[in-house]
Amino acid sequence: MSFAEVSLELLEGFYQNCYLFGATLLFALPLGLVISMGSMSKLKILKVITKAFVWVIRGTPLMLQLFVVFYVPGLLFGTPMKSRMTAALLAFVINYAAYFSEIYRGGIESIPKGQYEAGQVLGMTKTQIFFKVVLMQVVKRILPPMSNEIITLVKDTSLARVIAVSEILMQATDFSSKGIIWPLFYTAVFFLVFCGVLTLLFNFIEKKFDYYKN
Amino acid sequence: MSVLVVKDLKKSFGKTEVLKGVSFTLEEGEVLSIIGSSGSGKTTILRCINQLETPDKGFISVADKVFFNGVIGKDSAEEKRRRQLLVGLVFQDFHLFPQYNVLKNVTLAAELLAAEEKDYKENKKQIHEEIEAKAKELLAKVGLSEKLANYPCELSGGQKQRVSIARALMLEPKVLFFDEPTSALDPELTGEILKVIKSLAEEKITMVIVTHEMSFAKAVSTKVIFMDNGVIAEEGTPEEVFDNPKSERTKAFISKFSD
Repeated sequence: MSFAEVSLELLEGFYQNCYLFGATLLFALPLGLVISMGSMSKLKILKVITKAFVWVIRGTPLMLQLFVVFYVPGLLFGTPMKSRMTAALLAFVINYAAYFSEIYRGGIESIPKGQYEAGQVLGMTKTQIFFKVVLMQVVKRILPPMSNEIITLVKDTSLARVIAVSEILMQATDFSSKGIIWPLFYTAVFFLVFCGVLTLLFNFIEKKFDYYKN
Repeated sequence: MSVLVVKDLKKSFGKTEVLKGVSFTLEEGEVLSIIGSSGSGKTTILRCINQLETPDKGFISVADKVFFNGVIGKDSAEEKRRRQLLVGLVFQDFHLFPQYNVLKNVTLAAELLAAEEKDYKENKKQIHEEIEAKAKELLAKVGLSEKLANYPCELSGGQKQRVSIARALMLEPKVLFFDEPTSALDPELTGEILKVIKSLAEEKITMVIVTHEMSFAKAVSTKVIFMDNGVIAEEGTPEEVFDNPKSERTKAFISKFSD
């Protein structure tokens, strides 16, 4: 097999990784915010439930969660997951939303009370205070942990192969079972390039926020 | 009626009774200094009037508008917010908005308020120009015309506090409150703040100042309150309180600070 042929097939696999990555971010970023609101809620019951949820999700392996999401609906309710990708996406969204929620919570709780009070004595509404005063400061503070987590997500997507999503590592192991081993190591290039681009992007955004200090 | 009325104000935090029934009034154009040792309840009075704390009991009104009477004060957020515009508060540690430059720090609240008016869309440009012109005028007054485009992190403590004074003046409060405005500053920077407050007093802006600067309080105020352990231990003109204190507590406190 030629280098070009292998590259093309791995690229096909990597498309699955990219899809899983993008779709996870799309749903997990807003869902994480909802969960963080729950974990900061004044309603004790809501707070306890969200904290327990975050504990379970962060306390068990993502690989196990993939199995659970893929097999449990079929085993318990007789409605098997139709698409492996959907199952993988669901597991990833839940898992990453839990992690994101903690990053959001850390960011929001790190804003000094004085910022809220300053907004309040200037006659701003709670919504105005959140969007006009607090939000920008939160974004600046959570950028480093967020970029860390997002870069982890890039590589975690290859875990989807445990429920046979034909992502890049799965493609590469197919090659090695045919006796060609080098594509397995070659996959690193795809991840490195992708993460490299992300790193540049995050550096750029962090620079954008550099004009002030909190 | 007096512009500020406080009657029998009580406030506890947990089991600690911080305010044990405080009453005073203030007329328009007066400057009131509240002095007293830490933990005597000075700051809590300001926070109650500025609706950052809900009192347990008592009555507060500003410019004939009831702020608290046991029922009002626990009402809707919108009511609370409308009342809030009658008072302004300058914090000890400024609380400027770090992501906005000096000018925007001063204009932000006014712009948000203007955007809620009905005729905002038609006159948007003109309204913003007016707000900006007013902010620039105030910043000139506090001596910061050169710093409009700077961010708070680029300013000294004294400059930050002057921005926050301009920010509070922007909404034209009926009474302007200062919570130890110089306590977070280096001694050599307190002078510039005191100068600004003095010039506001000359303009007959009604102010309440919680301060540890005794000579300043004596020079600038028309009325002084000495707080001790949650009650007003002494009140009167600066001459009465500083030169002829009646209570022993006041005497001890003032002699401690005057050397």
